Amino acid sequence: MRTEQIDTLVIGGGAAGMSAAATVSAAGFTTALVEREDELGGVLLQCIHNGFGLHEFKEELTGPEYAERWVRNIESSEVKVFCGTTIMEMSLLEDGRKECFGYSPEYGVLKFVTKTVVLAMGCRERNRGNVMIPGTRPAGVYTAGLAQRLVNMNGYIPGKDVVIVGSGDIGLIMARRMQWVGSTVHAVVEIQPYPSGLTRNISQCLNDFKIPLYLSHVVSKIYGKERVEAVDITPLENGVPNHDKTFQITCDTLLLSVGLIPENELSKQVGIELNSLTNGPTVDSMLMTSIEGVFSAGNVLHVHDLVDFVSAEARLAGENVIEYLKGKRPERELSIKPGANIRYVNPTRINPDAESDIYMRPLVVSNNARIQLLVNGEVVKRQKKPHVQPSEMIKLKITPKIFQDIEITPDSKVEVTLQDEP
Amino acid sequence: MSGSQSREVYDLTVIGAGVSGAAVARRLSMYDIKVALLEKETDVSFGTSKANSGIIHGGFHHDPTLLKARLELQGNLMFDQLQRELHFPFARCGILVAAMNEEEMKTVQYLYDRGRRNGAIGIELCSRERILDLEPKLTSDVVGGLYAPGGGIIEPYRFVFALVESAQHNGVRLITNFEVHRAEYKEGLFELQSKKGDRVYSRYVVNAAGLYADEVSKLFAAEEYTITPRKGEYYLLDRMTKACPGKVLFPVPNSVSKGMLVIPTVEGTVLVGPTAEDIHEKDDLSTSSTKLKAIFDSARQMIPKVSTKDVITAFSGLRPALPGGDFYIEASKKVPHFIHVAGIQSPGLTAAPAIAEYVKDILKEEGLTLQERSDYDPNVNAVPRIRNKNSYDIDKLIKENPAYGNIVCRCENISEAEIVEAVRRGHDTLDGIKFFTRSGMGRCQGGFCTGKIIEIIMRETGKSYSEITKRGKESTVIWRSLCEQNK
Repeated sequence: MRTEQIDTLVIGGGAAGMSAAATVSAAGFTTALVEREDELGGVLLQCIHNGFGLHEFKEELTGPEYAERWVRNIESSEVKVFCGTTIMEMSLLEDGRKECFGYSPEYGVLKFVTKTVVLAMGCRERNRGNVMIPGTRPAGVYTAGLAQRLVNMNGYIPGKDVVIVGSGDIGLIMARRMQWVGSTVHAVVEIQPYPSGLTRNISQCLNDFKIPLYLSHVVSKIYGKERVEAVDITPLENGVPNHDKTFQITCDTLLLSVGLIPENELSKQVGIELNSLTNGPTVDSMLMTSIEGVFSAGNVLHVHDLVDFVSAEARLAGENVIEYLKGKRPERELSIKPGANIRYVNPTRINPDAESDIYMRPLVVSNNARIQLLVNGEVVKRQKKPHVQPSEMIKLKITPKIFQDIEITPDSKVEVTLQDEP
Repeated sequence: MSGSQSREVYDLTVIGAGVSGAAVARRLSMYDIKVALLEKETDVSFGTSKANSGIIHGGFHHDPTLLKARLELQGNLMFDQLQRELHFPFARCGILVAAMNEEEMKTVQYLYDRGRRNGAIGIELCSRERILDLEPKLTSDVVGGLYAPGGGIIEPYRFVFALVESAQHNGVRLITNFEVHRAEYKEGLFELQSKKGDRVYSRYVVNAAGLYADEVSKLFAAEEYTITPRKGEYYLLDRMTKACPGKVLFPVPNSVSKGMLVIPTVEGTVLVGPTAEDIHEKDDLSTSSTKLKAIFDSARQMIPKVSTKDVITAFSGLRPALPGGDFYIEASKKVPHFIHVAGIQSPGLTAAPAIAEYVKDILKEEGLTLQERSDYDPNVNAVPRIRNKNSYDIDKLIKENPAYGNIVCRCENISEAEIVEAVRRGHDTLDGIKFFTRSGMGRCQGGFCTGKIIEIIMRETGKSYSEITKRGKESTVIWRSLCEQNK
């Protein structure tokens, strides 16, 4: 069995993995990057639309172009790349190193013995079972990402008359894509009273094609014996379906864009503590999980809206791996909690002596919002936001300066809140 | 696999490749006769046999006066040998009936007495301590119950696939997409005609058509009866659930059904259900939202940790119920050489091997000459699967066949080699491959692997994308290709 002794194993060759691996390798540590598909890039490769790279490269790229920049970066580095390889098993050795087994048609079973691991496996889509749509179980029900893969990678159009459940970004992008390949999108149905995707996507993918968006509606039944024949759509009134107002749309295809969940199989298998709010690992200020030396970044940690943020977060994880390998640890850490109107904050611990970004998702829509960071009830940082909504992640910069003039102890209560500007 | 040559004459034709038909076909393949197995669907086990609880019952649910009680017990005892020969997933994990109060304990006492009379091996009454010891995940509210150590769990479709494969290995001809449309008995020979006009000739016919046994009987002008579809809805829970019991858990049954259970499937996921509802249409496999609460309330009464958060899919199955509730396995009194195997609802899966023995005896009585073949081989080749194998064995496997190193289904750990094997063994629809390999059965429900599986089917069979289906007929998965669109 081929064995690789390395400093860092990065699991997942998408945006997060490539960024983390490039960062660690540049500091001279031996780094392996493992990807289950035959080429690097992850889900970016099927995202042929533009809108990527505005933050990282200051220009607008397609998914494959964004991936290509990073692939070139990896190719010119010392990172050992193993494509077509799936990590199936991870265990902890007595000396603190990790042993990971990867399966590959080329090498058989590969054993990686590594000091550190970066989890960068991305996320997967929630499906029909997760949202429990009643009715028959015919062909023609796909998750939006699967449909995207079929169209953009395989070259197959899954159906002609389409209804999309959920106004998440993949759903919106696929609405436009299906129109472009000659299908008709009859409706996008969203359970929430507000869209789940980015505002720009509502405008460019729905409004420009006059695709109706039904907010506060659900698909309440699927019809069709062999292939989807129709779906029932029911409005929610005060959060309860009003079946008297149910209407039917004839279609042969139902695409589901009903949320993403971090891929946490490996995390669960090795016993990493998970954050019930994000479904990703709980991490400290170094983005290190509950297992010493195992880090996490990108969509496997929490689902991002923008790939640029994924790359940035993974770069931070890579920098932390370097610090860790050099034996450095934060002197102080503070727990940070979601306060008023905030769903979650990631990471859940911060280092008051270092500069870093924290990410959060709001619970509410506001067109005049104020984000506040509080320590023991005292506001230490304040930021205005002209518009916030649950589908758009908020980034907040943490600097040592914020904590300069206040008394902090390990028990200090740190929270972020969101309020309307008075 | 479809179509038939002109005037192919069989000694025996079995209608329906569900578990009963498959077991009968395999059992009769032991003799020097020509056997055909007809299936109206595109693959075998696509009816009642694919959507049920997957339980090998423990011998206490039915009254000893019923045929099914006897066949259940006899069938149960045959599974160990069958598994050695056919390699389907099966575990004798044991069955518990959990009583929540003293009133229910009285019913349990009754079940125990009945189990004893049936001859169920090892059956015991449990105190609260004993039952909690046997199943620590049970609620602390349990007062006691029944334990049937001989009960178990099985993947029902894998069992049917293996039975059919074994039958084919011993010369049985499987004809799929053959829905019997007309039948005539002339000069000692049945002529069976399919909807498409294909014909099969046979001296004897076994009607194992499941939900449609009544209609098939009518086609042959045999006895009239009515099969009522009784729907059972299930929810499947992720293998990561904290609610997975070690044993099959039954509530105390009522007069209508055995109640809604919590079942640890043999492949590590958890099933909750089924409901029991008489319906009118034999192809109504829809699920509802109204049963959810009842199913989960019932499950949570036994295992409080059962949560709707763990649901990965919902499905329904239809029991082919006859009035009276017993199996109806008899030679027709109206039509010679025609055998009914009807009303095979629970415990039909458990009883299937015994049903096959029973049918063999009836055929013999009806004059079919059964001479044992010298070249009968009860074994089928196991498919190596990477699940549950250690890394060193897998390394060897990949070196022999690199396709074992290409993980196609990441949720259930299924390699390309296993998908290819499914296709080569005749399972070339998405559902057929799912049932054979488990790919697409895990938590992502095919989100990642479907595109890859479509490509593998096309490569292995030479089919075009437009011929790829979820489960045959019109269940196509692709409308058209981009190349076509650009023309």
